[in-house]
Amino acid sequence: MTSDPARDDVVLKLTGVAAGYGRIQALGGIDLEVRRGQIVTLLGANGAGKTTTLKTISGLVRATAGTIVLEGRDIATMKPHEIARLGVVHVPEGRRILRGLTVRENLEVAAFAVRDGALRRSRLEQVFAQFPILHARQGQDGSLLSGGEQQMLAIGRALMQGPKLLLLDEPSMGLAPKLVLETMKIVKRLNRDEGTTILLVEQNARLALRLADYGYVLEGGMIRMRNAAAQLREDRSIVQAYLGGG
Amino acid sequence: MSLSVIIAHQLVNGLVLGSFYALVALGYTMIFGVIKLLNFAHGDLYMVGGFVGFLALSAISGVVGSGWGGIFLAMLLSMIGVGCLGVLIERIAYHPMLHAPRLSILITALAVSLVLQNAVLALTGGQYTAFHTDLGFGGIHLGPIFISYNQMVLVATAAGLMVALEFFVTHTQYGRAMRAVAIDHDMCRLMGIDVSAIIGVTFFVGTALAAAAGTMAGAYYGSLWYFMGFLIGLKAFTAAVIGGIGSIPGAMLGGLILGLLESFGTQIPGIGSAWKDVFAFAVLILVLVLKPTGLLGKSEQERM
Repeated sequence: MTSDPARDDVVLKLTGVAAGYGRIQALGGIDLEVRRGQIVTLLGANGAGKTTTLKTISGLVRATAGTIVLEGRDIATMKPHEIARLGVVHVPEGRRILRGLTVRENLEVAAFAVRDGALRRSRLEQVFAQFPILHARQGQDGSLLSGGEQQMLAIGRALMQGPKLLLLDEPSMGLAPKLVLETMKIVKRLNRDEGTTILLVEQNARLALRLADYGYVLEGGMIRMRNAAAQLREDRSIVQAYLGGG
Repeated sequence: MSLSVIIAHQLVNGLVLGSFYALVALGYTMIFGVIKLLNFAHGDLYMVGGFVGFLALSAISGVVGSGWGGIFLAMLLSMIGVGCLGVLIERIAYHPMLHAPRLSILITALAVSLVLQNAVLALTGGQYTAFHTDLGFGGIHLGPIFISYNQMVLVATAAGLMVALEFFVTHTQYGRAMRAVAIDHDMCRLMGIDVSAIIGVTFFVGTALAAAAGTMAGAYYGSLWYFMGFLIGLKAFTAAVIGGIGSIPGAMLGGLILGLLESFGTQIPGIGSAWKDVFAFAVLILVLVLKPTGLLGKSEQERM
């Protein structure tokens, strides 16, 4: 987007990344790049490999080929918790709030790798300041929150980890339309105010392209198209395939 | 004896028995929580804990004596040693099986149980080992009711361990991580938690509690036997299921309920002490019929 050199350095670079589950290949060698401060979105139909891409970056799925370079360092063979500790924070599909732990405990345990207790506390205060509802519900079982509140908790949990790169998988899934917009505003705010770099997978392509700087279109585990979000918004074939017609 | 005296006596007996059950049930339930394994070797680790406590006491009693002070120290040593054994067992026997079918790891647990029993059988020749202590027979009389100091110390120690455990799981990062791992391994990995390290910590803590119970039981009853872990393992499993497997408060509650029921069950006319095991398992069946998730267990439902 901008030509500001500070914004041009590459945080994450995937080269020829392939991955799969057992014999089923889900990614057939993809190249992808995320620059600092950007929101990059991954579009595509169900089963195109969007979630697998995120899981491969965060290490839950092992790459069978290719390199995944985070700030100059190949993380393709690292374990998920090691990758998370480098600041790659993956908020998975379905939010995965920890049942039986209170809202506060969900947040605290997310900062497990943060050894500095003072830093943990100050992050907790920041999250509570940003999401007052989480502060009000801090003693409640996290799984009893409403869908929208759970989404805030999931994002709050990610913030507790101090993300350098945020991987968001379908944050709007299962939310009422009003909450979808609310969630997208939060994503935008994180990017603009905190400068958090974001890789966003979103079913709602129209919305995703409005937020994003750059977009990739996945199909059958391959990148079919890549362009600036503004360009993709204008592309008739994208519009037809993923935005529900004209 | 009047009925109220009988009730009071059985209450005390039940609390003592229930304390042992609860301590062993806690490890059962914690280990089930993090790797969904019914660790059938858990009762045998209680047995090994008794023997290690005995050996430790023999080694240190010259210096510290073999009253409660010495026994505490021996118990602590046994907890550390057997806790490490628990971690070792997990690394060697269970860890490679974590992604194998559930039945395989269950059979592995049975194998570990046999190995522990037979190792101690070989070392002791199958004889009872007398656990000598200097514990007195003193106590206090509350009217017609007599409670020995040993019973009081034992119940208080068990309660202290459970309070410490409760503090650990709710107020420390490792404790919270343990509860988190029990719910969702992958989510924990994404939060930077080394799941396999937390599983190790859980085995250490769970096994150490069994070792504490084993040492105290050895000292209290005065003898040890290679097969002494078998029945208490089953009882602890029962207690954990009654309370709701995977639930820590449930294991405490289940242990106490089982201990009390067994004690009172022996007093019902026509039901002798020979029937107390039948009693325990009948309660298990009843709970499974009426509330399959256990008293404090939660169903698996999740809100989206």
